[in-house]
Amino acid sequence: MTRQIKAVSLISGGLDSLLATRVVMGQGVHVEGINFFTGFCVEGHTHAIRKKDRAKPKRNNALWVAEQLGIKLHIIDVIEEYKDVLINPKHGYGANMNPCHDCKTFMVSKALEWIEKNDFDFIITGEVVGQRPMSQRKDTMPVIARESGAGERLLRPLCAQHLPETLPEQKGWVKREQLHDFHGRSRKPQMALAKEYGFEDYAQPAGGCCFLTDANYSKKLVDLWDARGNREYEMDDIMLLKVGRHIRPAQNFKLIIAREEGEVNFMQGYRNRFISMKTTSHSGPLVLVDGQPSEQDLQLAARITARYSKGKEASEVELEVCRPVEDAVQMKVKPLPVSEMPEAWFV
Amino acid sequence: MAHFELDASGLLCPMPVIRTQDRVEELDSGDTLEVVCSDPGALNDVSAWCRINGHKLIDARQEDEQVIIKLQVLR
Ligand code: SF4
Repeated sequence: MTRQIKAVSLISGGLDSLLATRVVMGQGVHVEGINFFTGFCVEGHTHAIRKKDRAKPKRNNALWVAEQLGIKLHIIDVIEEYKDVLINPKHGYGANMNPCHDCKTFMVSKALEWIEKNDFDFIITGEVVGQRPMSQRKDTMPVIARESGAGERLLRPLCAQHLPETLPEQKGWVKREQLHDFHGRSRKPQMALAKEYGFEDYAQPAGGCCFLTDANYSKKLVDLWDARGNREYEMDDIMLLKVGRHIRPAQNFKLIIAREEGEVNFMQGYRNRFISMKTTSHSGPLVLVDGQPSEQDLQLAARITARYSKGKEASEVELEVCRPVEDAVQMKVKPLPVSEMPEAWFV
Repeated sequence: MAHFELDASGLLCPMPVIRTQDRVEELDSGDTLEVVCSDPGALNDVSAWCRINGHKLIDARQEDEQVIIKLQVLR
C-alpha cells in the first residue's frame, strides 16, 4: 500500500491560506493546519476587550478556516521565540514595525520542525508572488525557502507556476499544472477561486495578519522601547498597547487612560501591577501609570486623569491613587487644561 | 477514563484554546476535561477547536462572566 502523503499548511485565517490548502487537498494529500500565535495577532483580543466590539460575531478566523476545510488545526504559542524576530529582524521592517520577511521565514522554519517531528512531507503557504511589497516579491520567496531550511519542501500552490519546481511536484505528489499562477496585488483570481470552491464569508484583512502592520500600534511600541532604553517586552506590555489612550508626559512614565467600559474591565486586571488612578468626586475613566514616576510626576498624572473626568472644568477634582499592595491614597488636584498638554505627549 | 479541570480564566483568545490543546495532548482517549474561561470568545473558539480536532463537545455554556466547556478526548 502506498503511504499517504501529508502536508501541513500555515493557516493565517485569511483567504489565501484557505485556498492554498484547498488546492492541495483537492489533489489527494492529507493536510493539517498550523497557526502561530505571536502575541500580535489580530484575532480575538480587541474584540474581547472593547465593549462595542463584543456585539459583533466574533470568531477566530484560523479555526473558522480549518472548520470550513474539515482539517485539524494546531495552534502554537511562539510568543517567547518571536521576540527575537521582532527585535532583530535581519531583513528589517515593512511600512511599520512588521518584520514580515523574517516573520515568514520564522514561521516556515517552525513548520519545518513540526513536519519533521510529526512525519509529514511538505509545507504549504498561501503566499502570492508580488502581493506584498516586502515579503512576497519574486526574489524574496526563494530566500524564505532557503533561510527557513525548508527549501524544496515549501510549496506555494497559488503561485507555484511562477516558481521553481518543488519536491512535491518533482515526486508527483501534486500536479504542477493543477497549481496556480497568481501574481500581483489583484484579489480577483482568489475571489474567483473562492467562488469555484463555494467559500463565502471569508476574512479579508486589509493590512496584514497582525497588529505590527498598524501605524498607531507600531508608534506605541516604539515609544515603549525608546522610553525604556531597550527593546524587551512582555505579553502584558503588548496587550496594554492595544487598549486606551496613551499619554507620555516624560520618558520615565506614561498614562494609559481607558476609553470605554470594556477597556476599564480589562485594565482592572492590571491594578495589582501598576499604579492606578480614578477620580472620586466626578465620574471618570480608570487610568494606569506605567513606568517609574516620582511624587511630582504623580501630581501631574493626577491632573491629567482629572482632565479626562467629568470634572475637567471644575476648579478641583478628588481622586484615589492606588499602588499595588498598598492602601489607596486620596488626592485633590486642579485638572490640567488641554492647552498645557503638548501634542508630543499623545502617543 | 478520568476527569480533569483546566482554569483558563484571565486569558484572552487564543490562549484558552492553546491551553486546552496542550492539556488534551497529555490526556488519554475517553478522559473528560472541563475548561473554565473568562474571555467570552472562548465559547466559540474552544468549541470549534474541539469539533475540528475530532473530540466530543459535551457542553459549552456561558454563566455570568464565565464560559464553561466540557469535552471528551477522542483519538
Ligand atoms: S503581518 Fe505580522 S504576522 Fe503577518 S507576516 Fe507580517 S509580521 Fe508576520
